[in-house]
Amino acid sequence: MRRMFWVLAVLLSHWRRHPMQLATLLIGLVSATALWSGVQALNQQARISYDRAAATFGGVRTAMLVGRGGPTFPQKFFVDVRRAGWPVSPVLEGRIQIEGRSFRLLGIEPVTLPAEVGNAPAIGRGDVEAFITPPGQTLLAPETLSDLHLAEGATPLVSSGASLPPLHVQAQLVPDVMVVDIGIAQKLLNRPEQISRLLIGKTKGPREPLEKIAGDRLRLVEPDAESDLERLTDSFHLNLTAFGLLSFVVGLFIVNSAIGLAFEQRLAVLRTLRACGVSAVMLNAVLVAELVSLALVAGLIGLVCGYFIAAALLPDVAASLRGLYGAQIPGELTLRIEWWIAGVAISVLGALVAAATSLAKAIRLPVLATAQPQAWQQAQHRWLMLQSALALGVFVVAALLLRYGDSLLAGFAVLAALLLGAALILPAMLELVLHLGQRFAQRPLATWFWADSRQQLSGLSLALMALLLALAVNVGVGTMVETFSRTFVSWLDGRLAADVYINASDNAQAIAIKNWLRERAEVQAILPGARAETQLDGAPIEILGLTDHSTYREHWPLLQSVPDAWTRLRPGDAGFVSEQLALRLKLAIGDHIELPAPGGNWPLEVIGIYADYGNPKGQVAVNIAALIRHFPSIPQTRLGLRVDRNQIPGLVSALQEKFGLDGRNVADQATMKAESLQIFNRTFAVTAALNAFTLGVAGVALLTSLLTLGNSRLPQLAPLWAIGITRRRLAAIELTRTLSVALITALFALPLGLLVAWCLIAIVNVKAFGWRLPFDIFPLQLLELLGVAMLAALVAALLPVARLARMQPASLVKVFADER
Amino acid sequence: MAGNNNIVLSVRNLTKTYRTAGEQVNVLRGVNIDVAAGERVALSGESGSGKSTLLHLIAGLDAADGGEIRIGDALVTKLPDAGRAALRRIRIGLVFQQFNLVPSLDVEDNLAFQSRIAGRHDAAWQAELIDRLGLGALLKRYPEQLSGGQQQRVAIGRALAARPLLLLADEPTGNLDEATADDVLALTRDLVAHTGCGFLMVTHSTRLAATLDRQVTLHAGLVA
Amino acid sequence: MNAELKISRRAFAGGLALLGLRGPALAQGFAGLGESPIGFAPVVSGRTFSFPADHGAHPDFRIEWWYLTANLQDASGSAYGTQWTLFRQAMRPGNDQEGWANRQLWMGHAAVTSARTHRFAEAFARGGVGQAGVDAKPFAAWIDAWDMRGSDQTGDTTVAPLDLKASAADFSYALHLNADRPLILQGDGGYSKKSEREQASYYYSQPFFKAAGHIAIDDKQVDVTGQAWMDREWSSQPLASDQTGWDWFALHFATGEKLMLYRMRQTDGHHYVSGNWILPDSKARQIAPAEIDMMPKAPVEIDGRKLPVAWHVAIPSLALSIDCAPLNAKSWMRTSFSYWEGPIGFVGSHSGVGYLELTGY
Repeated sequence: MRRMFWVLAVLLSHWRRHPMQLATLLIGLVSATALWSGVQALNQQARISYDRAAATFGGVRTAMLVGRGGPTFPQKFFVDVRRAGWPVSPVLEGRIQIEGRSFRLLGIEPVTLPAEVGNAPAIGRGDVEAFITPPGQTLLAPETLSDLHLAEGATPLVSSGASLPPLHVQAQLVPDVMVVDIGIAQKLLNRPEQISRLLIGKTKGPREPLEKIAGDRLRLVEPDAESDLERLTDSFHLNLTAFGLLSFVVGLFIVNSAIGLAFEQRLAVLRTLRACGVSAVMLNAVLVAELVSLALVAGLIGLVCGYFIAAALLPDVAASLRGLYGAQIPGELTLRIEWWIAGVAISVLGALVAAATSLAKAIRLPVLATAQPQAWQQAQHRWLMLQSALALGVFVVAALLLRYGDSLLAGFAVLAALLLGAALILPAMLELVLHLGQRFAQRPLATWFWADSRQQLSGLSLALMALLLALAVNVGVGTMVETFSRTFVSWLDGRLAADVYINASDNAQAIAIKNWLRERAEVQAILPGARAETQLDGAPIEILGLTDHSTYREHWPLLQSVPDAWTRLRPGDAGFVSEQLALRLKLAIGDHIELPAPGGNWPLEVIGIYADYGNPKGQVAVNIAALIRHFPSIPQTRLGLRVDRNQIPGLVSALQEKFGLDGRNVADQATMKAESLQIFNRTFAVTAALNAFTLGVAGVALLTSLLTLGNSRLPQLAPLWAIGITRRRLAAIELTRTLSVALITALFALPLGLLVAWCLIAIVNVKAFGWRLPFDIFPLQLLELLGVAMLAALVAALLPVARLARMQPASLVKVFADER
Repeated sequence: MAGNNNIVLSVRNLTKTYRTAGEQVNVLRGVNIDVAAGERVALSGESGSGKSTLLHLIAGLDAADGGEIRIGDALVTKLPDAGRAALRRIRIGLVFQQFNLVPSLDVEDNLAFQSRIAGRHDAAWQAELIDRLGLGALLKRYPEQLSGGQQQRVAIGRALAARPLLLLADEPTGNLDEATADDVLALTRDLVAHTGCGFLMVTHSTRLAATLDRQVTLHAGLVA
Repeated sequence: MNAELKISRRAFAGGLALLGLRGPALAQGFAGLGESPIGFAPVVSGRTFSFPADHGAHPDFRIEWWYLTANLQDASGSAYGTQWTLFRQAMRPGNDQEGWANRQLWMGHAAVTSARTHRFAEAFARGGVGQAGVDAKPFAAWIDAWDMRGSDQTGDTTVAPLDLKASAADFSYALHLNADRPLILQGDGGYSKKSEREQASYYYSQPFFKAAGHIAIDDKQVDVTGQAWMDREWSSQPLASDQTGWDWFALHFATGEKLMLYRMRQTDGHHYVSGNWILPDSKARQIAPAEIDMMPKAPVEIDGRKLPVAWHVAIPSLALSIDCAPLNAKSWMRTSFSYWEGPIGFVGSHSGVGYLELTGY
């Protein structure tokens, strides 16, 4: 043990003398761990929230009974089912408004609430008496309490004029949910003796058949292993994970080059140690121990950085998830112990992988230094051939995946294979270009320049591969986001065709508003809208009722349709389906679907397919009158208005004043668009941030590689200096060399990036979101990225080159003196 | 030859063959050498005569093809790698032409590290070595700040710090000028006499070889 | 640990016990045990009982129960016991309302015991919506799918015939109960003292049920016959603050007599003992505490508690000296309130069967 300590001390002394190298190694490990664990923290945070949501008093994790003919059913069924032996507990769900904000209200019955309902809510175990005895309690998440700027015990008024029971924080609850006793909920929601669903406990016992108890009024819904939210957001998290992984890999490139350098520099010391009687086994054990301890330190620092990255990105992630999927993620990061352990583990594992080649060399290290083979050219050639062969293999895998894969994961696998293959083949491409350069070079210095660049290839290639990956992904993601952005904006123009949107609080108010609007001269048209929800093929869908009006005819973003589609819509036997739904159910124009409706299935012919970006649910658009005929009880509270442009602000404020509507219930088109765009932008803010991080890490990788090379370059440069080339000239040559290989890499990255973009748009997007986008190329953006890449290379090359330019002649002389 | 009890190194019928580029080179073809405690032996021979190979085999840095090497009571040729490493730690001091100091350790730590690894660190002996080698003023310097002669003195100190049975040196003065070489060798001779270990030095310099107790010459893989 | 935690029917007296049932709040909930019954109706002597009305609930009193135990045999002579209990508790004084605002909580316990196994289950409900409740005429007491139900034929003073059923994951039973003799008012005309102080309850019993039906353990069904005993009791404060639990006997003698016997254990060691000797013709006589000698035998250990499941009981004035032994010593009700309740047999000067309840251990 003591001996081991002394060997470790000798090895560690190297870092004390080379702090820059240590810094590089740590930076690599820290950035790899930080980005990876940052992303993991975000994913974990989201998953915890989904669990909380899913577990909130029988989300999808619990089997339940629901009514067939509407959102609620009579409470008497609860008693009947219970008395037939079913261990059920009633829940009433609805929405309430407090100061214009809408919340989900859950009424529960804690005495019968099955103990196994969800893993989050602990209500029903503790203070049940306070919960059910007047005045009762309103349980809510701490985030919701602070959002409302209220203290515990407050009794806020809801829009109906009633007041909530005193607020009481329950940490396990999801935000924007309020939980009260079922009796209180029935009063607040004005649904006396009505319930939304019956949660079924796991207690066993004889149960009478459901049909015998409730006829066909109730339906059994089996629990889902995965919540809707999880399914919907899978793609988003996969996206994040892919980026985290990419950053991790790029970080490992840095680690690999730093460890490789340190190993080369310590080779003599390792031999000396062996000569002084350190056995090979011990030496390797100490090398691993050294690496693991460094990885532990870096892992911990990386975790702290990862925490901050996650905390910084969380608001955007939360906004994206809320905007895209309606998932509520609390704004405060909570980290589990598993996260810390996993982070440190990934750091150690990454370090070991990155050090694998060096460690393998150390294990086989002969005590006696044999003559260095100068046949670098053959070695490099072999290495290039091997890597290129590997690359071709990976490309074949990518092609097979593209041909036969059908999932989102396969899409990402295609991407990964493409990137990996390109990275592997990069050195061969560079070699080819440099070889051509050498062949066509006229002057001796130029010939040397090309030849020497070729020799440097193996040292630089890892960093260049990192640069290639980072650039290609940047190009890919940038192109996708830009494409999506343009498509989205023009789509918004079509979808938000009305000038003012109103959502009345109930049907009565909607009628009052309509009557009032008819008197207003500036209102050119009133376009009532309505929305029903039903299920199709096992998944929830929306049915949108459209007024037969030129506004829609002219603007609705139809992708395909039959001729005269809007007229065909009128009778109510045809409908448009959203692109996502069409894709999921493989629907084409002329196909028939049957929508479950209260009065029986509603057959529809598909006569159009329209874009519905950002909607996780499938949608069917039908004529509004037909919709109301089939779903008589849906609220008809949505109104769109065509208004004289100049009069919009006046009308909106008049509406707000007259009907007590706030910004959530009445909005003009511009505001709606701005809000939608904001959601959209935040969705990709995370992607952009991770993108930038990755590029930064690639820059660091390039810098460290160049620094590493800089030291070993001296023996090659010294002879040139000796034959009369100035240090400044040498520095300029070195800079040109770095920039030219970086440029070749960047130029190679552009088509690769476009390929990545195509994969993202044509495969990943379609699988993840269900929509296809036109594929556009944005040359300016490409140029910009090219500039960024060259700038990164310049910055990375500057430090070693400056060192060369200012190098004392003595150091160059020393090269000859030390030569043996 | 002195009494067998005093023999610290005994080499019997040692053979070693290398294969390079399909060609078989018989570097050692049955070498016999003995070194007694306190005895200082020079090993010379022209380039390719196998003197360095012999030294490496004795140090256990390489494995012999045939024959026996005994250091004290240990049979080097029968030891596995770990055993040879232990032998190097405890019984052998090695000095190389390139000094092979650890660049990231200062003189004091370079001097001490073999004895520490061997678990035989002796502060008094180290102090004496520092004194005898005249390194007192250089303890906090790093190898790159030392002259060649100073570096080699540190290397000799390191090799002797664990009080080995046998000190092996491979052209220890090859990188030093003549005056410095004489100084370093004189110091080494004195230290060997003082510690009573055996000393085997590979050199191509007949002048330096002549300053030792006995000269052995290798020729074509055999003791001439 | 908390003595209050280990309590059962007669201890289900305490204010909010039911509320805390799933957690540590239990102890807290039971703080109301010895609380003064302010706001609830008091138990006073001299009350006139009125049937069938008194078979129904008395919501102004804090607690109440309908308790039925049966000693049964199958065709081969194997003995079984069943228990069916419905507890009512008012969370607070006040008027009763229909719907969720109702202040009553209900709890049901059901069990089947054989020499080899003891199965039990519990159920909870809030009043006011129909999940649990009691109707006086025609008599019906229920919680979920468990019920004890009379018909138009059910007599007001015999409370018979009745049909009783309960089922759970691993047992079920259905019994038809009949009796040809009227119920018995316990204590002093139905006023049953529980301590030397004011603690008391209204208490009547129907010990003369003949039972027939079937029980099933793990879907293995057997036909059974035997006798059953119903206890009806309600109060607002039946426990004194220094009473920790009790040992309660309901015994059917082979010769047709019945004996009800309880011992309220007090922290000062002066247990409050009471008994009622019921002749086959329904005539009853209270037994003076001094006449009763109840001696627990060596206890058995269940869940870390030492329970005296075997007893020696002597009442010299009745020339009675019997040794009681449980059908199944492990008749432990591991419900939210755990207690021991199971069928017993006795021999000695007299022989017969009965039920024993041990609480507060």
